[in-house]
Amino acid sequence: MLDTRLSHAQRKRIDKYSTKAKAYLLGVQGNNGLLFKLAVYSLLIGIGFVYLFPIIYMGSYSFKSLEDLLNPLISWIPSTFYTENYQVAYKVLNLFPTLLETLYVTVIPALAQTAVAAVIGYGFARFEFPLKKILLVLVLITFIIPPQVLLIPRYVFFNELELIGSILAFLLPALFGQGLNSAIFILIFYQFFRMMPKALEEAAHLDGAGNFRIFITIAIPMAVPAIIISFLFSFVWYWNETALASLYFGNALTTLPIELGKFNATFEQLYAGDTSTQNINEGISMAGTMLSILPLLIVYFFTQKWFVEGVDRSGITGE
Amino acid sequence: MKQMSLKKKRSLIGLSFLSPWIIGFLVFTAFPLIYSLFLSFQKVKITPSGIKTDFIKFENYVYAFTVDSQFTAILIKFLRELLISTPIIIVFSLIIALLLNQPIRMKGFFRTIFFLPVIIASGPVITDLMAQDVTSIPSIEEYAIFATVLSSTGGLLNTILVYLMDNLIIILWYSGVQILIFLAALQKTDKQIYEAAKIDGASNWECFWKVTLPTLYPMIIVNLIYTIVTYSVFALNPVVDHIQANMFEISTGFGYASALSWMYFLVIAFVLAVSVGVMAARGNKKYN
Repeated sequence: MLDTRLSHAQRKRIDKYSTKAKAYLLGVQGNNGLLFKLAVYSLLIGIGFVYLFPIIYMGSYSFKSLEDLLNPLISWIPSTFYTENYQVAYKVLNLFPTLLETLYVTVIPALAQTAVAAVIGYGFARFEFPLKKILLVLVLITFIIPPQVLLIPRYVFFNELELIGSILAFLLPALFGQGLNSAIFILIFYQFFRMMPKALEEAAHLDGAGNFRIFITIAIPMAVPAIIISFLFSFVWYWNETALASLYFGNALTTLPIELGKFNATFEQLYAGDTSTQNINEGISMAGTMLSILPLLIVYFFTQKWFVEGVDRSGITGE
Repeated sequence: MKQMSLKKKRSLIGLSFLSPWIIGFLVFTAFPLIYSLFLSFQKVKITPSGIKTDFIKFENYVYAFTVDSQFTAILIKFLRELLISTPIIIVFSLIIALLLNQPIRMKGFFRTIFFLPVIIASGPVITDLMAQDVTSIPSIEEYAIFATVLSSTGGLLNTILVYLMDNLIIILWYSGVQILIFLAALQKTDKQIYEAAKIDGASNWECFWKVTLPTLYPMIIVNLIYTIVTYSVFALNPVVDHIQANMFEISTGFGYASALSWMYFLVIAFVLAVSVGVMAARGNKKYN
């Protein structure tokens, strides 16, 4: 009824507003409208929440006392700031000695792997030699060979040399470019050195610098981003590796994730027959999990930019 | 003559840079690979004086399929989970990468979140979380719609759905690296192609299928390989567990475990070859 009475001018104005509203809601280019953005943000936030749900749950439960755990009214926020769980988990994990040991068996192999991958990547990127293509393909193939196939012979080999239970069982393969995911690091350095301008090196060559000196004084300082990326990834992967670590290290060395795997058993050992303390509950085991990932979370908090860029720089997306 | 020797010298220097890898490859990869193949045909006994082997032909392999009731069951279960999870991981990471590629604020924040699981997901952490039952979407099974969906579907589809519901978050947690690979590729594609397509009247939907997907195709194959490899060597994998359990079993030992690991390797290699082969062939047909 109404629109029949509208004058021509009014109708024109409504038209103008509706196109404006349409542009505002749907956007002019298809991906800058309000509705579109709303959809993108809500999807991202929703999926992000699902993603973080286990971690949020872990954080919340680790602060819950037994009463809170049993109280159905308390779901996310504990009634009191309860840190007993962390004290128990701290004792069970034997946190600081274990942390030091974990750092010892992860940082050293990670450093070795990074250094060696840099040398090998440089060799691939800067020199021409027969069979280069085949060798590169072999590097890639080492990525898809499951460690389990190599596990038994390596175990026998290290056992003969009495290296089981020593860091050398991790360090030796890393030193020869056969560590955990070494192929990826070699590729990162290969891509990185290939993109570096040759002119500087040629100039140094004319000045009489040897190849090794050029590598140390020119190539390495330019490759700092690749070095940081490789070290961080290598560190995290060695940290999270438990199957190989528990086998190679036996009872001589341990890492935080391995201790976490034995958490329940250790707890029972510590508190066996001690009726005054509680049984293991969700809160305590979540506190243990939290403590075991905390060092990595802190590292990630400060270095996340490098991790995210690392994938960019690996060059798999083609330059 | 001088030219030749210079070239030769360069290649020698190159090889010397590679020498750690060549030595390592021979000692820590090639030799163990052959040795474990050798062991897989042997009955291995550990004696105080060292390792004793007896050649028993294919007995270890036969044992795996006849006596060891667990192995085939575990292997089939693993393959089924791999077949379900891999496409989900790829599609999911592609969707997340497309969302993150939009002009939005706090891109870095979201990227940080989606990469976080790669940092913390070690075997024991995931085991703990699974024990707490937080690896499925919160209270999803309480929704009536899922109950009806479950009761109306039978057999295979049902098991797939139940598996998905129970493990969805863990499956998604595998996709951190893949998201970043897709995102990096998306950010490198030329914006002008999209503008040209838009001028020709293509909608967003058409742009995705005709422009985005073909340019991302090589990355889909890369992610496929990465996903299959990381999924199959992950510490929680039951096949890996089974191999390691058999290593120190008196009745089976190193020989049998080697045979298992070789079969596992061949299965993974086969899955990789087939999936990459199919994808590459499809890509060639469609986009070239």
